[in-house]
Amino acid sequence: MRFVDEFRDADKARALAAKIAALCEPGRTYQFMEVCGGHTHTIYKHGLEDYLPEAITLVHGPGCPVCVIPMGRVDDAMHLAANPDVIMTSFGDMMRVPGSRGSFLDAKAEGTDIRMVYSPLDSLKIARQNPDKQVVFMAIGFETTAPSTAMTMLRARSAGLANFSVFCNHVTIIPAIKAILDSPDLRLDGFIGPGHVSTVIGCRPYEFIARDYRRPVVVAGFEPLDILQSIYLLMLQLSAGRCAVENQYSRVVPWDGNVVALRAIGQTMELRPYFEWRGLGVISHSALRVRDAFAAMDAERLFSVPGVRVADPKACQCGEVLKGVLKPWECKVFGTACTPETPIGTCMVSPEGACAAYYNYGRMNRNRVPEATVPAGRP
Amino acid sequence: MTAGQTDHAGGDQASSGWIAGAPRSRDHAERPENPAGQPSLPVSDRERQVLDRIDRARRRRPRVREERITMAHGAGGKATQTLIEAVFLDAFRNPLLEPLEDAAQFRVPAPGGGVADGLAGARLALTTDSYVVSPLFFPGGSIGDLAVNGTVNDLSVSGATPLYLTAGFILEEGFPVADLLRVVESMRAAAAVAGVSIVTGDTKVVQRGKADGCYINTAGVGVLPADGSLGVARAQPGDAILVSGPIGDHGITIMLARGELDIEADTVSDTAPLNDLVACLRRQVPGVRAMRDATRGGVATILNEIARAAGAGVLVTEDAIPVRPEVRGACELLGIDPMYVACEGRLVAVVPGPSASLAVETLRAHPLGAEAAVIGSVVADQPGIVRLRTAFGGTRIVDMLVGDPLPRIC
Repeated sequence: MRFVDEFRDADKARALAAKIAALCEPGRTYQFMEVCGGHTHTIYKHGLEDYLPEAITLVHGPGCPVCVIPMGRVDDAMHLAANPDVIMTSFGDMMRVPGSRGSFLDAKAEGTDIRMVYSPLDSLKIARQNPDKQVVFMAIGFETTAPSTAMTMLRARSAGLANFSVFCNHVTIIPAIKAILDSPDLRLDGFIGPGHVSTVIGCRPYEFIARDYRRPVVVAGFEPLDILQSIYLLMLQLSAGRCAVENQYSRVVPWDGNVVALRAIGQTMELRPYFEWRGLGVISHSALRVRDAFAAMDAERLFSVPGVRVADPKACQCGEVLKGVLKPWECKVFGTACTPETPIGTCMVSPEGACAAYYNYGRMNRNRVPEATVPAGRP
Repeated sequence: MTAGQTDHAGGDQASSGWIAGAPRSRDHAERPENPAGQPSLPVSDRERQVLDRIDRARRRRPRVREERITMAHGAGGKATQTLIEAVFLDAFRNPLLEPLEDAAQFRVPAPGGGVADGLAGARLALTTDSYVVSPLFFPGGSIGDLAVNGTVNDLSVSGATPLYLTAGFILEEGFPVADLLRVVESMRAAAAVAGVSIVTGDTKVVQRGKADGCYINTAGVGVLPADGSLGVARAQPGDAILVSGPIGDHGITIMLARGELDIEADTVSDTAPLNDLVACLRRQVPGVRAMRDATRGGVATILNEIARAAGAGVLVTEDAIPVRPEVRGACELLGIDPMYVACEGRLVAVVPGPSASLAVETLRAHPLGAEAAVIGSVVADQPGIVRLRTAFGGTRIVDMLVGDPLPRIC
């Protein structure tokens, strides 16, 4: 298939693996964080680690949209959905995220009107079909999905639709990356930058990583060769002693981002003073809320939500996994009490969650390709 | 799910330092560590221990934890399996049900335990299936085709020659008679093609809103040959695994026919009776170990059933699995793996390794098996686990389906 197969070419992968292995300094180890959950999914789904030498470890980052939604916000959403005048719409990913009293899917089975949509625009269709109900869209995700929520709000306004609102849970990626860089706990050698977020925000926001923290960043695409090539580009920078932001995903990501999308977000949403991230706690200026000008589309103002912080189950170590401090299988409940069918933490729910990706795809003995061997005898 | 303690969010908690909490909570982790904080075992060994623990957890007796039925219980994946084993098998347990094959197989007892005569001693296969597909009519068929072919196929892959079917209808008040006539006509035609008769039936009507137009249940009985029983538990290392054609056509066709996705593609359901294809395969290829028709849960679920029942590993090659470009494209767009998408006229067969090429030739000689292929093999290592060699050249697991990406597909 065009535009897919050329990015999954095993011969090219073997050639890249050999080049990457050749750049490894004997005795040195490398830790690269893939910030985005979409990358984590690709890495496991295609078995990309088979191509990496033992010296290179991929650390999974916090960029999984549903993983970072705290239990309290799920409970708030369930509270909204329980209102008989409300139809809640949500992306499929969100349906299985556990709140303190079960997930959307459980609520749906009990008769709550929660509908899965593929695009927020589908919510407008539902709103038109149900003029006597308030249709609330559960808006989640980083800068990747925020523009589609914003465009939907703008469309609803121009269509004069009075029964559509948004429960806004959009978060921003830069504060999360900054917090990871400030961690005393994690020694990272570089970042595989989030591709889809960067289609919106561009590459400039990452410049502080190279400038202030002296770490290379390569914004990467989502096919396995994209990621392997990005690792190669990171290794090239390290071996040359360089630190820069590079754009591997230039076929999609403009250096300055998408001005139209950014403007739409700016028109409809603004930064919150603080927001709670699941497992990570409260991070200031890390999320978006609906602007005053769109108050009539803000479900948090239209309805009262409990707004209660709910602590994660004690056994759950999603926070450590999201920060890259623990590998998925190092969590105490991984694969035993916490599985994709009965998830305790969010990282086991979303296909982009590190735990789900590892459990579904990576739970086995791995054999590296011969090319991924660091040549002996290099100085 | 237990709720933790709760407290009200406030502005004063808008502090930074979530990362600073990491080393603290890390100290509580009950992992073997030496004083220097370094793992006391090499990573691979610790990881191995965790994987072994998970393996034991997966073998535990299944238990339904949900308080209510969710759509996932009907998706044919893990939740369905748990429901069947923890609820139905637990209540009805008997030697005929226990293998959980597509059809129960039994020998007709002699009347009064006396001397065998007539039918007595014959081996029969019995199966049943309900059909709730939405929409009722779709490119390539209708609920009527599925209701006949699905039951014929369950009998066929268990090795039986299908003979007679029953048909039970649950109709909703207000359902157009013209639609019912179309459904029934497609059942008549499908039965004629499969060479079976529909010999008894039942009709119920429920109030408007209590059902979605028309649901059908069919049961079927078939006769088994005197020898050569089949079963996925018979698979053994060295065996080859085949599919009879491109996978996922039916599931994607239904999904697109619902018109909710604004994706257009020329896909057609693969619904077809497999009894003739199965007969050809069994006639020409000795020692066929097992066959399954890949319905809900897709080929991935069957591969897992093979690995589990045979206590062996399964290794398949992504490049070898036939998937039509339209189906693959739709799956890429929707983020669905074709390995989990339902077929209604494709079978997965396990044959001894040396018979693999003969089996492929035999299937390809039949119109329903023209694009048959060997997709993998049964292996000795990593028992119970299905591994896929990806087109990219890496390796990953293919697990049972979790959740329900495509409800009401058949």
